[in-house]
Amino acid sequence: MADAVQKKFIKGNEAIVYGALDAGCECYFAYPITPQNDIPELMSALLPERGGSFVQAESEVASANMLLGAAACGARSCTSSSSPGISLMQEAISYLAGSELPTVIVNMNRGGPGLGNLGPSQGDYFQAVKGGGHGDYRTLVLAPASGQECYDMMIEAFDLAFKYRNPVLVLGDSTVGQMKEPVVMRGPAPRNDYGAEDWRLEGARGRSPRLLKSLFLEDNSLGEHNRKLAEKYEAMQKEARAETFATEDAELVVVAFGVIGRIAKSAVRELRARGFKVGLVRPQTLYPFPSALLADLARKGRDIGRHFLTIEHNCGQMVEDVRLAVRRDADSAFFGYMPGDMPSSDDFIGPILEALENRNESKEHKE
Amino acid sequence: MNVACDIELQRKLTPGPDETLVFDAPKSLVDTPMHFCPGCQHGLIHRIVARTLDDMGLQERAIAVGSVGCSVFVYRYISMDCVEAPHGRATAVATGVKRARPGNFVYTFQGDGDLAAIGTAEAIHAANRGERISVIFVNNTTYGMTGGQMAPTTLLGQKTTTCVKGRERETAGAPIRMAELMAQLDGVAFSARVAVNSVKNIRKAEKAVRRAFEVQEQGLGFGFVEFLSTCPTNWRLDPIKANERVETEMIPCFPLGVFKEMGE
Ligand SMILES: Cc1ncc(C[n+]2csc(CCOP(=O)(O)OP(=O)(O)O)c2C)c(N)n1
Repeated sequence: MADAVQKKFIKGNEAIVYGALDAGCECYFAYPITPQNDIPELMSALLPERGGSFVQAESEVASANMLLGAAACGARSCTSSSSPGISLMQEAISYLAGSELPTVIVNMNRGGPGLGNLGPSQGDYFQAVKGGGHGDYRTLVLAPASGQECYDMMIEAFDLAFKYRNPVLVLGDSTVGQMKEPVVMRGPAPRNDYGAEDWRLEGARGRSPRLLKSLFLEDNSLGEHNRKLAEKYEAMQKEARAETFATEDAELVVVAFGVIGRIAKSAVRELRARGFKVGLVRPQTLYPFPSALLADLARKGRDIGRHFLTIEHNCGQMVEDVRLAVRRDADSAFFGYMPGDMPSSDDFIGPILEALENRNESKEHKE
Repeated sequence: MNVACDIELQRKLTPGPDETLVFDAPKSLVDTPMHFCPGCQHGLIHRIVARTLDDMGLQERAIAVGSVGCSVFVYRYISMDCVEAPHGRATAVATGVKRARPGNFVYTFQGDGDLAAIGTAEAIHAANRGERISVIFVNNTTYGMTGGQMAPTTLLGQKTTTCVKGRERETAGAPIRMAELMAQLDGVAFSARVAVNSVKNIRKAEKAVRRAFEVQEQGLGFGFVEFLSTCPTNWRLDPIKANERVETEMIPCFPLGVFKEMGE
């Protein structure tokens, strides 16, 4: 289908829509919130044209629960919102995970806490990666850094949602959503529902009734359910993925995700040109976290005293996961650019050089 | 007392060659003991719903949305595909189901805390959009499942565990009348309030449920039936007195009737 391939100069938010549509999205439910309103606006125009259903919900509580209903029918469903709206969805996300239902939720992270501001932020990392709703559950989390990744990751998100029968979060920010870039779109993606015909609701015609729920009252049944979920989360670990850049001989590895990872890459590239041995890891999946990759880098860099620096657009969240990953052989320093405003690569040069220097000092102490 | 047991008994009494069967268990009703307290009318309401599904041939096409409250076990009693919604969100979940599968018949079964307190926004907006779904709303003037706290439908002066001196208008407002409220919305094709405290009222209730299901099938809009129901345990009344209370205290506050009906 070569003719289906198109290159368009569009916003990340629009790339989310085209990605969802090429992934076969059938139902989209949402409530408006800046900085992602391009998504519901474009969806409202395009989805009904393709035979899908668009509902502007009365709240994010409602839109997330509409997802629950559509997902229970095995429909390809998604919603999008930004931080305060995602907070309102947490109860439903817990039910979706507990009932093992596939859906895709996009969060164009804005400044918080509270009403915060409309600027970019990574303040929702914990909420996305550690749960947010109640109970012992996990959601897969993908972190796009470009318009192209917005498109690609939506296709991947729908696939992963059905593969694991689990909600998938796509965690972008104001910047990736609003920045315009060329995006290559490949047309309708191959669709795999991974056996949804065996569990989805469609009416009990000629078979016994099906039930989708998260209530487990019988003795030991909830424990069994939680164990089964935990095994599923374990199986998800193989999906962990990150972009690596110039890590081979790096004495300092910068770890940053999303747009911040992309900006950090520019800083790393510049410092390389100036002769500093620095590299970058940009996690593309935040859950599962690319811990094995980081642990490996730490182990292999032991001899050269490799150190890490986590840069985030918040006061320090992912750094906890980086430290856990590298703890046997190294540690990670942290630089937080305060949420709400846009950093440039120049803002990261100083902190990277400082981390490099601190590392050299601690190495000298050891020697 | 137990409706399901009565039905089981009826089923065993299959008529002989020269007898006529006048009452049997609906096919859609699962032949199992119900968890409801003695004198609770939830079971009777399930039976009416099941009978209507049978009569309209909907069971194989039906998807039920359960709620949180004493209705949580709807899936145990009615034989059909079912998804469980979080407390209050059944009408939003049902919206998602119906949008994904417009060819299916979709209904919710919700209590008064569920629909008229925590889930009011979802209920009003699903109704206002005219979602092609049917809602069975059980008003027992209390939160049954959590132990008898005040509900938005609790009568003035009624004692509950969170208004031990009786509900006061000044601090807790007055009972909310959902069937009348729903009737105000353009998306609602049918709205009625019924009771199951007498054979006569049960007959009317059956008609109302049928109509609330028909408007969905005819694509006319949202169908709503409010059932007045007993909660002897939390009312601290025996089943007979509880049933009498429906007539003497509930109906005067919550008048029975059809508040809106769109024709085809
Ligand atoms: C978010 C949330 N809040 C509170 C509860 C606890 N809860 C469960 S059922 C219920 C009230 C049920 O009352 P009602 O809807 O009137 O139904 P009934 O049990 O009387 O049939 C409450 C408050 C819950 N499950 N979820």
